[in-house]
Amino acid sequence: MSATSMHGGRVAIVGASETDTIGKRPDASVLGLHAEAARNALRDAGLTISDVDGIATAGIYPQDISHYLGITPRWLDGTLVGGCSFLLHVRHAAAAIAAGAADVVLVTHGESGRSGVGADPWIRNPAAISGQFEQPYGAQAPYSTFTVPALRFLHDRGMTVEHLAHVAVAQRTWAVDNPRAARRDPVTVADVLGGPTIAYPFTRDMCCVVTDGGGALVLTSAERARDLPSTNRAVYLLGSGESAESSIVSQMADPGSFAAFRHASAEAFRTAGLTHADIDHFMAYDAFAHLPLYALEDAGFVGRGESGDFVAEGNTVKGGRLPVNTNGGGLSYTHSGMYGMYAIQEAVRQLRGEAHAQVPGVDVSFVLGVGMFFAAAGSLVLARHPA
Amino acid sequence: MSGFEPTPTPETAPYWDAAARGDLSVQFCLQCARHYFYPRPACPRCGGESVEWRTVAGRARLVSYVINHRPLPPFDATVPQIVALVELDEGPRMMTAIVGVEPAPEHLPLDLALEVAFVDCGDVRLPVFKPMAVAA
Repeated sequence: MSATSMHGGRVAIVGASETDTIGKRPDASVLGLHAEAARNALRDAGLTISDVDGIATAGIYPQDISHYLGITPRWLDGTLVGGCSFLLHVRHAAAAIAAGAADVVLVTHGESGRSGVGADPWIRNPAAISGQFEQPYGAQAPYSTFTVPALRFLHDRGMTVEHLAHVAVAQRTWAVDNPRAARRDPVTVADVLGGPTIAYPFTRDMCCVVTDGGGALVLTSAERARDLPSTNRAVYLLGSGESAESSIVSQMADPGSFAAFRHASAEAFRTAGLTHADIDHFMAYDAFAHLPLYALEDAGFVGRGESGDFVAEGNTVKGGRLPVNTNGGGLSYTHSGMYGMYAIQEAVRQLRGEAHAQVPGVDVSFVLGVGMFFAAAGSLVLARHPA
Repeated sequence: MSGFEPTPTPETAPYWDAAARGDLSVQFCLQCARHYFYPRPACPRCGGESVEWRTVAGRARLVSYVINHRPLPPFDATVPQIVALVELDEGPRMMTAIVGVEPAPEHLPLDLALEVAFVDCGDVRLPVFKPMAVAA
């Protein structure tokens, strides 16, 4: 029997939910956040634990969450490549479902990034490549590592630090009306530039919030999705991609462009059979304000050097040509550590017409995520309709 | 310097041994006729294992940087760090620290010419960079 396609709308996200609340969750452990999100997503799908035969997660072992929930899996995926891991899980789950290796896959995320309840301690490895060649120089925290190439990106394009501030300002406009967002006060470019410096040129509002939270997804075949009570809210996978570059920031082939963004997004467009003009909505993983600029250029939504003005001129906010990070993003909405799950959740909400800041007429959403510090990438093309 | 002390591994030991002598040494692929970094036994470009260690001139240019105002332990949280990406004259790029200059953007124009220096860090000597001395 030949396998069916994993793309082209043959696989659907039938359940999608975050934890009841996000932000500060001292009441829940990492595992508890995974489980809360999983139960919410299954309820959303109209399925139960006993329907699930595939499990994927990152940060904890998949067997930890399957046993905690009472699932007997016949398919497991513990791919951990950083914050975009959940995009890869969706892609891998689609392949497994298409190949008949699983029927109903649950993808879970939970992190106590702020409160640290039940979280593994951060252990440094001074013999790792990063431990030998980056961390001795202070490239330890994300804000002093992931951010290092940004000045070169700006410089080579004739762009300025104000363009970074515009990203934070644009995304805040989406968060203002979102009661779940961590940062909701409107800000100006001057406000952002005048905030405390974390790692020059990055000020506080150019850096993501640090929160607790979780999210989960339930995937199955489009055929089975038709029989579920959630069928009218199913979201379909049209295409996807994944790639990786270097485990250390200094070895990016071009500090002004992320090769894994280019490769993963090109494959998503190719497998979906779509072009940029077909995309109504873009979720671009934003742990820091330079990342949406890289993403816009590397995914080809704008040309080289055009990303800064594209954002500054209002193309990514309400009423703009390409609404970007409509939950407020990692900069304003939430960022528990591995943000990718929240980017997918917002794409699903927009496609279902259920977002807090709903964009009218979103039929196709493109999600692009980064893992670690310019190390790995994943991409998804999600749609309201199977084809 | 109170810092984060790297632990050499068998594949990287020649790099750290050279640094202890005050040399910056990186690998060179004889097939590609190119230097490469970070240390590993085969060329990441062609996969060739005909590689050798070569001492480089220690000159570089400033590609990009941040001034980290929130250093984590074991670093002193009150001393801003210049965390920099530099490109050696021989081609490879590496992360480093810039020393001998105020941690302020006006002193750190991109493409600034740099030269290697070495600082003690526990049991190893750590290559860092400083602005190139200007000939009088």
